[in-house]
Amino acid sequence: MLQNTILKNNMPTTMSQHTLYDKVWDTHKVTTLATGQDQLFIGLHLIHEVTTPQAFSSLKESDSKVIFPHRTFATVDHIIPTASQARPYQDAQAEAMASALEKNVKEFGIRFFDISTAKQGIVHVIGPELGLTRPGMTIACGDSHTSTHGAFGSLAFGIGTSEVQMVLETQTLALKRLKVRRISVTGNLQKGVYAKDVILKIIQTLGVKGGIGYAYEFGGPVIDAMSMEERMTICNMSIEGGARIGYINPDETTYAYIQNREFAPKGPVFDQQKKYWESIKSDLNAVYDDTVVINGNDLTPMVTWGITPGQAIGVNDNIPSLDDFDKDDQSTVEHAYRYMGFTPKSPIKGTPINVAFIGSCTNSRISDLREAAKILKNKTIHPNVRALVVPGSQQVKRQAEAEGLHEIFKAAGADWREAGCSMCLAMNPDRLVGNEICASTSNRNFMGRQGSSTGRTILMSPAMVAAAAIEGCITDVREYL
Amino acid sequence: MTNLEIKHIAGASVPIQGNDIDTDRIIPARFLKEITFEHMGNYLFHDERMAPDGSQTDHPLNLPKFKGASIMIVGNNFGCGSSREHAAQAVLRYGIKAIIGESYSEIFSGNCKNIGIPTLIVTPIIQKALTKMALAFPDAPLHIDLETLTLTTSGNTYPISLPKEWQHAFLNGTWNATYTLKANIALIKQKDQELPY
Repeated sequence: MLQNTILKNNMPTTMSQHTLYDKVWDTHKVTTLATGQDQLFIGLHLIHEVTTPQAFSSLKESDSKVIFPHRTFATVDHIIPTASQARPYQDAQAEAMASALEKNVKEFGIRFFDISTAKQGIVHVIGPELGLTRPGMTIACGDSHTSTHGAFGSLAFGIGTSEVQMVLETQTLALKRLKVRRISVTGNLQKGVYAKDVILKIIQTLGVKGGIGYAYEFGGPVIDAMSMEERMTICNMSIEGGARIGYINPDETTYAYIQNREFAPKGPVFDQQKKYWESIKSDLNAVYDDTVVINGNDLTPMVTWGITPGQAIGVNDNIPSLDDFDKDDQSTVEHAYRYMGFTPKSPIKGTPINVAFIGSCTNSRISDLREAAKILKNKTIHPNVRALVVPGSQQVKRQAEAEGLHEIFKAAGADWREAGCSMCLAMNPDRLVGNEICASTSNRNFMGRQGSSTGRTILMSPAMVAAAAIEGCITDVREYL
Repeated sequence: MTNLEIKHIAGASVPIQGNDIDTDRIIPARFLKEITFEHMGNYLFHDERMAPDGSQTDHPLNLPKFKGASIMIVGNNFGCGSSREHAAQAVLRYGIKAIIGESYSEIFSGNCKNIGIPTLIVTPIIQKALTKMALAFPDAPLHIDLETLTLTTSGNTYPISLPKEWQHAFLNGTWNATYTLKANIALIKQKDQELPY
């Protein structure tokens, strides 16, 4: 495992040149501040109900305005119930959050993709889906998985509420340049190995703190061959590897995805924009601060066994033993054994599960649901498992229903829900009970993440969750293909 | 603006041992449903401090000997995970004025910086020494000097580090950058026009 832990936050100047990161940064740099940081213009600001009410309150207290309301777009995703989206919500706190956002967007003139627009959904699903997310942009949102939008060749990153306020008031942030690490994934993926497996392997290899101080540029034949939705899964979890930003250079796959989407430029404007998008790609002679190569041929379906996304193994591997880890990581590993109730050197395959969750900003797009449906078609979910399929947006839900996927899920015995973040972080009623084990397509297996302080999460791809739901235990999905 | 300058911080310390402590542990998501930060201090490490049966655990924040500590000593990759500023706000509102550790998630440390909490970095050896001392002598005060980037306790002085941009911001009271950013409004408007989108 990569060890570059000492004083990394205080590293001197960055080295990268001619990368997409450098070009987009330079395009958006307003000035250099007295601190030595750059003032960076944020081209697109996405907001949701959880991380914004305090920012709007501060704005009102200081009688300030939103500088460019047309550069901010809002939706509601974290607290929304998925059994029924009907108002008022039974949870009074959730209702208060939704009402606060409604008032704020109205008062400040911000476009809001509410339930009634039929375009509501997880902020990182709807941005791309609506054509708001495009190459060469800087994108900020009060949510760490904003890195998702980097799949389009944008610099997209999560911010805190104080920074949300800064973006609302000034459309800028005070930032320091990151280093750039190029991660190439070579070869071809085997059948049954998905984008989720690739990113879990990358995080397992580089560690959950390996990306601190870096932006990750993903590339190579495996990434080039991926659809935009697969690329979003990759960039989404950059932050789980410690990298605040992950991006992929735009190409024809990117442009084809964007074309004809609601907010995408049309006609000659599209062609003109495309010239800009082409211009910001990393040059062939780009200089990186670090380069890593992952062999895609070797990858197998991945599952996590511990309490960080880096604690992952191939589904046929045994849970690692303590001495497989650096001394520095051993306390977290021991904590993981205790919390998960797992024994070192024992297989993960066959571990019984109680819950199957298909959803979240990592894996709730139409292609994810199609992969899960392929496995679940004409099958029955194990009687010990409750399964939840939560589409990422109202548009994904409609598309899935048009394709009849919902009937496959329901016939198998899964719950088919409304769009939202749901059991990824359990801010709504969807949550684990006690120390239940959940096979989950989400992004974090942190302790207590799915709403029970003793609940356990095993991360994997949508197809792997579907297979686990049928078997009632962790299974190699390749046996179903 | 001078009242916002942060140059010296002194206080007793509390060690929070372990690496990769994520923001879901610092503050579980269900406490994010409040629309103000006012009560966040009550929820700091809530599920680690309270057992499922409602009893108090032996988490350091529950121990009388660490009551009143204002400096937190942490390990590696502290604050990883979610961007929730609630985590930094919980730390602040609990009464913590500085954090000392080996490394931090960037979003978490940025959130701390923006509300006036320096997240200082020390080498693993110093981190272990400080943890040991805090456990043995919880009342011994630490003195942090952001001008010289040193930490003094029990007669010993140790080097600490902080990105120089943030050091500048703390010393000059500009850790919340809103005013600084606003000063360049003309340049911001120009950039808005120049951008190709």
